[in-house]
Amino acid sequence: MDPTTLSMLELASALEARSLSSVEAVRASLDRVERLDGRVKAFLHVDRPGALAQAEASDRRRASGTPAGPLDGVPVGLKDLFLTEGLPTTAGSRILEGFIAPYDATVVKLLKAAGLPLLGKLNMDEFAMGSSTENSGYFPTRNPWNLDLSPGGSSGGSAAAVAARMAFGALGTDTGGSIRQPAALTGIVGLKPTYGRVSRFGVVAFASSLDQVGPMTRTVADCAALLQILAVPDPRDSTSNPEVAPDYRAELEGGVRGMKLGLPREYFELPGMDPEVRAAVEAATSALQKQGASLVPVSLPHTRYALATYYLIAPAEASSNLARYDGVRYGLRAFGAKNLLQMYGQTRDQGFGLEVKRRIMLGTYALSAGYYDAYYLKAQKVRTLIKRDFEEAFASVDAVLSPTSPTAAFRIGEKVSDPLAMYLNDVFTLPCNLAGLPGMSLPCGFTRAGLPIGLQILGRPWDEARVLRIGRAFEREHDFHRRAPTGVGG
Amino acid sequence: MSVSDFQPVIGLEVHGQLLTKSKIFCGCSTEFGAPPNAHTCAVCLGMPGVLPVLNAQVVEFAIRAGRALGCRINPVSIWARKNYFYPDLPKGYQISQYDLPLCEHGGLAIDTDAGPRTVRIRRIHLEEDAGKNVHDPGGGESLVDLNRSGVPLVEIVSEPDLRSSAEAVEYLKALRDILVYLEVNDGNLEEGSFRCDANVSVMRKNATEYGTRVELKNINSFRFVQKAIDYEIDRQVELIESGRKVALETRLYDAVKGETRSMRSKEEAHDYRYFPEPDLPPLRIPPGLVERIEKELPELPRAKLERFEKEYGLSAYDAKILVADRALADFFEQVAKAYGGPAKKLANWFTGELLRLLKEAGTALSALRFGPPQLAALLKMVDAGELSNNAAKDVFAELFHTGREPKDIAQEKGLIQVQDTGAVDAAVDAVLSANPGEVEKYRAGKKQVFGFLVGQVMRAMKGKGNPALVNAALKARLGE
Amino acid sequence: MSLTLDEVRHVANLARLSLSPEEEALMQTQLSAILDAMAELSRLDTAQVEPTSHAAGEVPPWRPDAVQPSFSPEKALGNAPAKVGTSFAVPKILD
Repeated sequence: MDPTTLSMLELASALEARSLSSVEAVRASLDRVERLDGRVKAFLHVDRPGALAQAEASDRRRASGTPAGPLDGVPVGLKDLFLTEGLPTTAGSRILEGFIAPYDATVVKLLKAAGLPLLGKLNMDEFAMGSSTENSGYFPTRNPWNLDLSPGGSSGGSAAAVAARMAFGALGTDTGGSIRQPAALTGIVGLKPTYGRVSRFGVVAFASSLDQVGPMTRTVADCAALLQILAVPDPRDSTSNPEVAPDYRAELEGGVRGMKLGLPREYFELPGMDPEVRAAVEAATSALQKQGASLVPVSLPHTRYALATYYLIAPAEASSNLARYDGVRYGLRAFGAKNLLQMYGQTRDQGFGLEVKRRIMLGTYALSAGYYDAYYLKAQKVRTLIKRDFEEAFASVDAVLSPTSPTAAFRIGEKVSDPLAMYLNDVFTLPCNLAGLPGMSLPCGFTRAGLPIGLQILGRPWDEARVLRIGRAFEREHDFHRRAPTGVGG
Repeated sequence: MSVSDFQPVIGLEVHGQLLTKSKIFCGCSTEFGAPPNAHTCAVCLGMPGVLPVLNAQVVEFAIRAGRALGCRINPVSIWARKNYFYPDLPKGYQISQYDLPLCEHGGLAIDTDAGPRTVRIRRIHLEEDAGKNVHDPGGGESLVDLNRSGVPLVEIVSEPDLRSSAEAVEYLKALRDILVYLEVNDGNLEEGSFRCDANVSVMRKNATEYGTRVELKNINSFRFVQKAIDYEIDRQVELIESGRKVALETRLYDAVKGETRSMRSKEEAHDYRYFPEPDLPPLRIPPGLVERIEKELPELPRAKLERFEKEYGLSAYDAKILVADRALADFFEQVAKAYGGPAKKLANWFTGELLRLLKEAGTALSALRFGPPQLAALLKMVDAGELSNNAAKDVFAELFHTGREPKDIAQEKGLIQVQDTGAVDAAVDAVLSANPGEVEKYRAGKKQVFGFLVGQVMRAMKGKGNPALVNAALKARLGE
Repeated sequence: MSLTLDEVRHVANLARLSLSPEEEALMQTQLSAILDAMAELSRLDTAQVEPTSHAAGEVPPWRPDAVQPSFSPEKALGNAPAKVGTSFAVPKILD
């Protein structure tokens, strides 16, 4: 039996039953990486010796009856913007080529303490800026459902690795949709927690007020189990929620009877949405209604301003966060510069890709003298209006449903030279980041061409348990999540 | 030079390092003098992925300073990023405060020629210090040490209420004294833990608008403050009088040449692109904190000065010396209490012998080997006539170096004056009988002989005669 | 509104990006288009709206004033492109 067909929790049961060892699981994952990743190109760095050592330690713990937790021994991958001590961390950028992290991110520490072997670092759009992983400074990752297509982004490597069963689960980050959108395009589950639920310490920052870390898995239950490990207050992150997280699996099978699920008019009216996507999502909402939920039309009137709001706030914060990449203390330094100014300019010109430069320019402009009020400050005020829209909606519904992405996976190369077209990929996912809410995508259908479609569930702040429960209710009655990608051989 | 037609207008910005053990946003030590980059971590190195966490003591110290300077403490203030590129600024931005600082609208009283005046303080805010960039004079490189990166600073900004370089120096000294009293800063200009920038402009005396102001940097002693400001005033007046304009710029003070120089290329107008720091929530002061800190504020230098003058009847001059150091002032009061005698006498011992000995030995007051009871005892011995002033100085020196009891020292050195009137009388009698000729001369009107006779008695008593007693006895015997 | 090339160069300088002439032209076109798309925000009345800021917690997220272990200088300089002793070395600032 090929262990890689198991979900995380199924593997955990097998480990507990001793029908499998963690070392076998890691080996199976790494074998699959060897066979498939030459084509999928999800990994930037594979840590074979580290993962095996961690697996051995896990097996020893299990043998002595002291497992570190429910997922002890289950191998996962990490988007390459989590600092992993002693391993390379590039954030998908050439400016950090060769950078060896001197410390572990808090979430990495948590995974290690829970006993999960770390397989390696996964490809991404450079500094998390992108929706297709085409902006990686190294190479684009391919969609396991069709290798000519993008897996989405920026956590494209994480999504592809999980979808292609090269890792049992993975960690991604989501600033404007970067977990949910690739999850939708690759047919897996991806959750962005409430802002502040998971520590950002040791996560290369893109947009500080929007970034969140989240799990990417093949099942909703796996997602809940992985989230549980991550959702721990962190005194090293001043924006981290100091309160202990609830048990995300306690009510997971509770169903949706009696729940009110909102359908935001503005989302479903968006021009440019693929009719197959609309049909699949509408069918999904009907299915949930048949399970006992009521569907309630709601309005989020400021939705149309979310794109502009996001594309002023995120690049502004990013332009500041990326100033540290200056060639002085780590990373790339352009040599042959005659003076400091040249060194800065050449280092950053050589090290950053075009999309990153574009956003740095946009963000710098939005903050610059004379423009701060009209751009950045204005956007932060509109953000408040977007938040209020959700607060009002949540007075009458328990969750909001929508498509995750307006289209299914698109061709690599199709949108990359048209930034505005690329930005439209995130119209459904952005508002949730602006409002700081939890959001999850899970598979809800396929296009005629066999490409996955994702359903997005948004919840009240700190209400991840309900979001997971709704997702599980849907998942229980369907088998979209069981289909294996057809783009790569078994 | 018609400088007198012009009114200088000066505002001062002081950056003071707060005396916390660890940095403002990470746990690295703030201790001075370590090898380069020995006190750094991922956070203060500006590594990818790091986040700031505020040191609670920084807030406490800043509120202390704010209340001592009469400021309003804002219950909510905002952290901001100040963005610019420099090798000693690892994140490429400094976490500071901009739109809404922690403290506002305070004041500091200084003494001017026209009497005391309050210089208004516009704001006090918190920020992190940058590292150090050392230009390698020989090579084409600069060396960056980030030990100082992340040390907490308060920035204290005055309104442009100062009208001369002398006033500026007064303000700085008074401000430094307060911060040192509060134990939030060590007041060291030379080492850079107390830094000052001056904003200087001039206006014609009947003008209604301020002139263009120039920022002066790199002033690291009180003497230079005076010189730099005076130079700059003269420079600006000369420019204006020759029909030229004062440029809005930053200038460096060159201590060697005694002049200010434009900073040229560094001064493209900086666009710092301030925005609220997303990694830190607004600084919210918990209820009760300000009140508690206020209660615990020590008596401040100016108040102590006035009280010393009043309570101890000291001159302003003496009081100022005693009050300059809070520990010295405290020690004075402890000795005064134990002594119970005239404060002026005690003050003389402080301003004279004690300070001199401290300076010579290079020790701090905290390392003093003796305590208030002993100094009090010494003074009482002098009052009781047991020691002459000179002998007491001797004893004091020994007390200072060994901490032994003054009585023991005096006895050992044989310095205790003979108080016994019988012994004095006997000695006087002996000298008078041995010098009948001098007695005659004295009785005949040659009063200078008295001194000779006193000397003889002292010699006979081996210098231990109490001079007052000797004088009295001689006079009595000689019939006056 | 469109960005002028001068504005593009000014912003690039603020961001310490040495753009090639081709990149400058590309930025000018693309940034202008993006900024035009943002213009719709100005239509919203936000005079009475506060900018989004962090939620207030009960306990301030502060830490006590205690010294924690630092990196060794070797670790601090572990990724340094150039160093002299335990200092980072950078090209001289043009002065």
